[in-house]
Amino acid sequence: MAEKDPAKEKRKIKSVKKMKDIMTNYYIDAKMAEQNGKKVAWITSGGPVEPLIAMDVIPIYPENHGAMIGASKMGIDLCQKAEVMGYSSDLCSYARSDISCATVNGGPIGGLPKPDMLVCCNNICGTVLKWYEVQARYFNVPLFILDTPFCHTQFLPEARKYVHRQIEEYIVFLENACKKKMDHDRMKEVGRLSVEGQRLWQAVLDTAMNKPAPLSAFDAFFHLALIVTLRGTKQAVDYYEGLLAEMRERIADNIGAVENEKYRLLWDNLPVWYRTKWLSDKFAAADTCLVADTYTSAWCGTLKYIDENNFIESMAEAYTRIYLNIGVDEMARDVVSMIDKYSADGLVMHSNRSCKPYSFGQLDIQRIVREKRGLPSLMIEADMVDERFFSESQIETRIDAFMEVVKERKSCTR
Amino acid sequence: MQAIKELSAIVGDPISYARKLKEQSGKKIIGYMCTYAPEEIIQAAGAHPLRLFGSNKNIFLADGHLQAYCCSLVRGVLEDALSGDLNFLDGMIFPHTCDTVQRLSDIWRLNISYGFHLDVVLPVKLDTKSSRDYMVDVQNRFRNDLEKALQVTITDDDIKKSIALYNEIRGGLKKVYELKNKNPEVISGKDLSALVRAAMIMDRNDYLRILLNVIAELETKGSTIKSTGKRRLIISGGICSQPDIYSVIENAGGVVVGDDLCTGSRYFEGSIKTAGNPIAAIAERYWQRPVCPAKHLDKNARAENLIKIAQDGKAAGVIFMLLKFCDPHAFDYPYLKESLAAVSIPSLLLEVEDQPQAQGQLQTRIEAFLETLS
Ligand code: SF4
Ligand code: SF4
Repeated sequence: MAEKDPAKEKRKIKSVKKMKDIMTNYYIDAKMAEQNGKKVAWITSGGPVEPLIAMDVIPIYPENHGAMIGASKMGIDLCQKAEVMGYSSDLCSYARSDISCATVNGGPIGGLPKPDMLVCCNNICGTVLKWYEVQARYFNVPLFILDTPFCHTQFLPEARKYVHRQIEEYIVFLENACKKKMDHDRMKEVGRLSVEGQRLWQAVLDTAMNKPAPLSAFDAFFHLALIVTLRGTKQAVDYYEGLLAEMRERIADNIGAVENEKYRLLWDNLPVWYRTKWLSDKFAAADTCLVADTYTSAWCGTLKYIDENNFIESMAEAYTRIYLNIGVDEMARDVVSMIDKYSADGLVMHSNRSCKPYSFGQLDIQRIVREKRGLPSLMIEADMVDERFFSESQIETRIDAFMEVVKERKSCTR
Repeated sequence: MQAIKELSAIVGDPISYARKLKEQSGKKIIGYMCTYAPEEIIQAAGAHPLRLFGSNKNIFLADGHLQAYCCSLVRGVLEDALSGDLNFLDGMIFPHTCDTVQRLSDIWRLNISYGFHLDVVLPVKLDTKSSRDYMVDVQNRFRNDLEKALQVTITDDDIKKSIALYNEIRGGLKKVYELKNKNPEVISGKDLSALVRAAMIMDRNDYLRILLNVIAELETKGSTIKSTGKRRLIISGGICSQPDIYSVIENAGGVVVGDDLCTGSRYFEGSIKTAGNPIAAIAERYWQRPVCPAKHLDKNARAENLIKIAQDGKAAGVIFMLLKFCDPHAFDYPYLKESLAAVSIPSLLLEVEDQPQAQGQLQTRIEAFLETLS
């Protein structure tokens, strides 16, 4: 075996192993749920998981599973299987791979444990509504839909009332499905842990303001899993405390995610799961760190609306006003403020054919960023899971050309 | 039929029609794209609701805002808007349906300077008490917003009159479908399609007069024309952007006796109660009419409705006409196809771009499908 490069070893994030262990155990627990008399709920990534945790239901995220399918490069096969079932190749590849995976128990972990119920929140897209209808028919289990009216410019009072009522309905739904009452003290505790977890996650992401950034967006894509799947648990809080401490240590020791960080970029949209390493290496070779992204910060972006002492009440607003459920202009404002916060020199946008609500509007955001900050941006046409839509040579050429612009611009403004 | 010829010209160029209508009547023209637009309230405000279908012209300007994996309907409408072809609009309303239209609304608001802009953020589910109440709230807000935008007062009486008009139009269209179902030769598919589309384009009072004449004519004609025993078919999908498809089907030896389209039965099914609060009554209709795939009713609702349409039409098969990149419809297709197969109704999938397709190719596929029907 080749000697390990000590500089590279030093830059590796140590918490990675802990993270992998936690996720492995989580999936083992989930797969044994039935034996252990526990219920399993499938829930969308933007859905309110806290009531499930409070009710001792194991939450399963088909989207996280989709990301694993993409990262393990099993996307094409499963997507093609869905196409044989009649699903168009133009549909979201998370949905396609999950739908076919359920019928063959394929994928990296041999399929997900069967759901006892489905919880779908449309705050991220309309795709999940259709996808969960498919699964509700397939598994023949109850489906709860939390309908969070889109906030083009505002969160209207009637929408607020509507979401509030649905949260009450959600709890009744869970009480019926679990045949037990919600323990409201426990719910409060879970709410507090959720807020604490989100704060810690934000603090972890914030460490990337440092130059050099101790973690990159590619690291964040990986460490995101817990704030999505185990939000509201002590485990997530403990984990992110550890990760935050490690990041602070790296800052103290001047360890950056990229060896010789000269340029800093912001990433927009979901990762290209099957190419995160390739992309990360590609940018690192140009002394460039992708220091932050709009995607991983979506799981702590609405902290401003949450009242931790009144979690259930404030949850309605927090879940309705998440990043994908707001107008393009508000998204552009968020992007600009992230550019300032993380001192980014440019923007990389993944135009992700799977995710229409995330991708339509990107061209306008690009324009707004140019107008407001005069920053260059790069648009990469790809798909998060389905590799057939990734053209390496084309993307490589475009990254090279873009980096030239970024370097040029930076040398001029120095 | 003379009346239909007149309509066909209007349907072929709705924009010129609308410009002229505005000039002659002085009416405010309000654009919309979806059957979930509360047209009755626009009509009650004295304005004219105009459904936009997008043109077939090449996309240049919209490319700067929407990637190529966006459906051609939305790209086409945005192209029309950016090019100034729609600059006669006094306002545009965006009922919430699919992800694509949701973003179109934002892009429109940021880039189109003429006309007011109203979002109507409807509930996505139509099966709970709280979503019903929310639907009523949304319609009430729309009424207020529209009053402000147009600087008019919309009285309950105005709305009731409008409801009566819409009930007559919808009832009339339903009647034509029934006549067609009874004797498919009574009106060609192409004419029927023009008749439905014109209902979303023309001045509604003018339209009703023509519709009633058409019905009278069809009723007398119906008893004299012989049925030819062509293969009876149903079309299912979003908007049917290819009126030629009807002729293609007819040339291939089939005939369309019913549909599940938003330029078809989903537009006119369900009438509005005339008693009680008119806004609540309008909201109520959304619960009765067949659901669009961007909305949630029961998880099997669409299949049940489609099977019923096919059985009522004694159809031998169903043709799915799906617009490329249309997510809601593409998600429903596999289950609809399976549900039909379970009751022994065969189906054919045609995926269409908005651009006219090679007719010959379509015809061959449809002929092949018809041959498989027993
Ligand atoms: S990737 Fe986009 S379309 Fe797919 S589930 Fe996520 S938010 Fe929805
Ligand atoms: S429902 Fe389909 S066809 Fe209609 S606008 Fe949305 S994506 Fe396009």
